[in-house]
Amino acid sequence: MAANLIESIVKILFIFSVNIGFFSPILGWVERKQSALMQDRVGANRADVCGFTLIGLFHPIADAIKVLTKEDFIPEGADRLFHTIAPFISLTPAIITFAVIPFGGQYELFGHHVNLIIADLDVGILFVFAFASLASFGSVLAGWSSNNNWSFLGGLRASAQMLSYEVVMGLNIIGVIMVYGTLRLSQIGAMQADFFNWGIFLQPVGFVLFFTCAIAENKRAPFDVAEAESELVAGYFTEYSGMKFVMFWMGEFLEIVTIGALVTTMFFGAWHLPFVSDQMLLNYFRFAGPNGAASLAIVVNIITFFSKVIFFIWLQMTIRWTLPRFRYDQVMRLGWKMFLPIALINIFITGVVILAK
Amino acid sequence: MQLLMFYIFGLGAVLSATLMVTNIKPVTAAMNLIMTMFFLAGIYVLLDAHLIAALQIIVYAGAIMVLFLFVILLLNVHEKEGETARRKVVIQFGSIAIVGSLFIIIAHLAVIYPSAVKVITDTAYEFGTTKAVGKMLFTDFLLPFEIASFLLLAAIVGAVILAKRRIDDSE
Repeated sequence: MAANLIESIVKILFIFSVNIGFFSPILGWVERKQSALMQDRVGANRADVCGFTLIGLFHPIADAIKVLTKEDFIPEGADRLFHTIAPFISLTPAIITFAVIPFGGQYELFGHHVNLIIADLDVGILFVFAFASLASFGSVLAGWSSNNNWSFLGGLRASAQMLSYEVVMGLNIIGVIMVYGTLRLSQIGAMQADFFNWGIFLQPVGFVLFFTCAIAENKRAPFDVAEAESELVAGYFTEYSGMKFVMFWMGEFLEIVTIGALVTTMFFGAWHLPFVSDQMLLNYFRFAGPNGAASLAIVVNIITFFSKVIFFIWLQMTIRWTLPRFRYDQVMRLGWKMFLPIALINIFITGVVILAK
Repeated sequence: MQLLMFYIFGLGAVLSATLMVTNIKPVTAAMNLIMTMFFLAGIYVLLDAHLIAALQIIVYAGAIMVLFLFVILLLNVHEKEGETARRKVVIQFGSIAIVGSLFIIIAHLAVIYPSAVKVITDTAYEFGTTKAVGKMLFTDFLLPFEIASFLLLAAIVGAVILAKRRIDDSE
């Protein structure tokens, strides 16, 4: 009992510190540097401590101090309650969804069974969807409660877009579920121990559609019509300042991480290195004794998993700074008239292949 | 612990539902309905029906309520629509009381005549898991399931026809 409690607390603290403590501040810096790199600029490099700038790595700290001390402004005529809770509604789902994503296999450590996932739920992937779909309330409410036409338009666009792409994303997941026969993300991960069982080989179309829909769901360019700065100032968060403004950004960055983690788990072998199963890792580290081997395998699992996640974060950043924004009607047409039929055909073909096997 | 959770969820569900029907602001009412959905999902989890809980949040809170909110915002429903609701508070509470007491009566009847209700005691598969629900839907309850999906299909076709007629008229 006590061991279980300690295990849970350690896992929660680990994921929390990785997400909130590492990814969300560092991604702001990465985004600036990546855009600078791609536009042939230097990027943020002025914040310094005793003359050291550390290629701009002090900027996250400077930003944090700045937003915490800024005035928290609520515009005239705004709905105070919803204006205040909207950023929380967008940030919370992004943090919660990581609870069901596995970041490693299952090991015996000091006679205690360790499962490297915070909550190994039977509904796994559906839990992610349940909470991801709530994020749209954050943007809708933010847009509506600000009492500003730009915000309002942004909120409406956001809700329509997120709803449309959620449908396609759900249909893509069905293909993955059919192939692996389970909703449990830890099992989906475990089944990809064999390299040729990786989701990318079994569901190549599913991967492309899922990744695109996930970016659209996160409202990042080329799908950022909801905040289109050339049309709507900043869309649904035009009227936000200080910490609340940053909460929308934190939500977006954490969703990038979650998307990377989901893509890794479902399509790119989760915590597995190609051609290396957990058992092979344990055999390889046999020299360190059973507990040492298990801990080393856990470390390798976690490093492998997060390296893959970081790769997909980089990919999303690159896409964001490469492609221009779609027009609103193009976004809708792409979602309903192209992705939805392709996703349905994908399910059909997957079913036929499974039956034929 | 479970009982405590049940009281928290139950009280929350009743409270937010009451706030939903008595509030005069449409958006606040919609948000309260979402809260109700959440508390109900919590109760489903307590009943070990994890799949139903997840679907409750995805379908109702995540999809249908976003559409509700979308419509409320798009049609710009004002508070004066809520005013009519305020005048009918007595009717609202009356209907809540009637439906509630009906529910209690049915629950009591089910206890008195246990044969009238089909209790699922089959423990061949784990209760409430996705597998169990799926197996049941596609074996024992296939016909109701298919009828329900047929109804939904009819609704979709109907919506398309209605929308299409309006587009044709406007041209």
